[in-house]
Amino acid sequence: MDRSQRLLIIAGLSIAIVGMLYGLWYAVFDEHQTLERLGGSLANSFVEAARGDLAGAGSELESYRQIGSEYAREVHAHSHWITLSMILIVLGMAYERVNYSASFKFVLASVLSAGAVVFPLGVLLQNFPLGMLGKLLAQIGSLAVIVSFLLITLGLFKSAAPD
Amino acid sequence: MFESGGAQRLLAIGGMLLVITGMIFGDIFAVFILHPNNALIGQAMYGAAQAVAEQDVTTILERFKTIGGLLENRGTKVDAHSHIIQFGYLAFLLALVQPYVALSQQARYRLAQLFLAGAVLLPPSVFLIYYVGLSYSPFQSIGWASIAADFGGLLVILACLGELLGLCRYAMGYASVGGQRLLCESWESKALLRGGALLLLTGFIFGAYYAATHFSQLSLKEISILTLVLENSAQQDMAAVGAAFTDYGMLMAEKAIKIATHAHVNEVGMLLLLLAFIQPFVLWSDRWKKRWVCVAIVGAAGLPVSIFLELKYGLLAGAFADISGLLLIVALLAMLFGLLRHTGYLDTKEDNRG
Repeated sequence: MDRSQRLLIIAGLSIAIVGMLYGLWYAVFDEHQTLERLGGSLANSFVEAARGDLAGAGSELESYRQIGSEYAREVHAHSHWITLSMILIVLGMAYERVNYSASFKFVLASVLSAGAVVFPLGVLLQNFPLGMLGKLLAQIGSLAVIVSFLLITLGLFKSAAPD
Repeated sequence: MFESGGAQRLLAIGGMLLVITGMIFGDIFAVFILHPNNALIGQAMYGAAQAVAEQDVTTILERFKTIGGLLENRGTKVDAHSHIIQFGYLAFLLALVQPYVALSQQARYRLAQLFLAGAVLLPPSVFLIYYVGLSYSPFQSIGWASIAADFGGLLVILACLGELLGLCRYAMGYASVGGQRLLCESWESKALLRGGALLLLTGFIFGAYYAATHFSQLSLKEISILTLVLENSAQQDMAAVGAAFTDYGMLMAEKAIKIATHAHVNEVGMLLLLLAFIQPFVLWSDRWKKRWVCVAIVGAAGLPVSIFLELKYGLLAGAFADISGLLLIVALLAMLFGLLRHTGYLDTKEDNRG
């Protein structure tokens, strides 16, 4: 196992553990409460409308939208960490079939691993006051994942040339 | 590979069984629960809008209680489906890294058992959350099924921590015992590897495009439709409410289909990558191995494409999605059968030697 494979596999398993710990914490302490707030704000918007207060209904709908986005980001952070971690591990196992120099392969493995950490973290940070930073991190992270994975895929095809 | 009583065999076969179970469950869930459930949610929402027109707050709250129950029913089924498959993949991955886990054979086997125990406990517990509810629970918002699911998750985390420890020991220079390195040298392995990588790349690009252009837009559109529903209900214009609900249904379908396309293209891409590694150990003739690989790739590519086209072609695309899913399940079962034949062959050889 060379250093790129070691990086991909250990980073992958570490991210999987972080993703699972986050998922476990979220399921126990936050998910039920968020879903209750989500359903409550939608129901309240209907109740306000029935009472003839359309402005109140509009403000409840806005809360519903914000809580919905918050919930989606929390679930997406968990699922993307787990999926990306598995991709890192499986690529680590197949990395010898990627036909580039060892140093370039290490750069690609580092960029992909960093992207796999930063992208879901950025998605999650958008729920906090540092929302803009989160958005920026999510964009940089997703770009890092896509570009490095594109080059790795090309490397997999490149190895096929002599066949 | 897959020595008798070894962690690698247990994880690889356990992983495949989990993936197949998750896929079959997903098919059953989509047909018998997801679609009827969506219709019921739509009806309850319409009922709540009618109650707004009648200024009947009690009925509104009742309708939303029903919607909450229906959403919990759907959400727990989706979670059970996705967790079975993800745990199957993870088991498979752990099987692949066994040659690099520097722990004793017995410790690796115990970790594999611990992982599979958690992976088998969590999804059915999540499935049961809706049915068990808070019966006899000592907590206010978490029932026994949730507690069992969380415990399953904890077992999986502990097993992964053990595997990580073994990997770190290997990186520090300790030797590993047992487990065979899996290579992707054959035509079948390369085809699966490249097919899987291409699907994953497509999934990444589709996901990024969707997040950049549709994600916020769809949620804003949802709010504007709901505002229309409430305004028209308050004015007792039920024809306009009906029209707004039709738009709402279409919007929700669009959202669900785009998310499902992204999730499925990534999942099947990952599955093809994993299957690449076991090809040398699938005991079929070369000709049949190639056939099963082609069936798997066609099914894997067809599934997300058909799901994406459901918005435009409706049931026809839905039927293609079902056929593609079925092709993938059949190819997986064939490969699992080939793998079991291989392990049976190894065991017989070992017995004869003994």
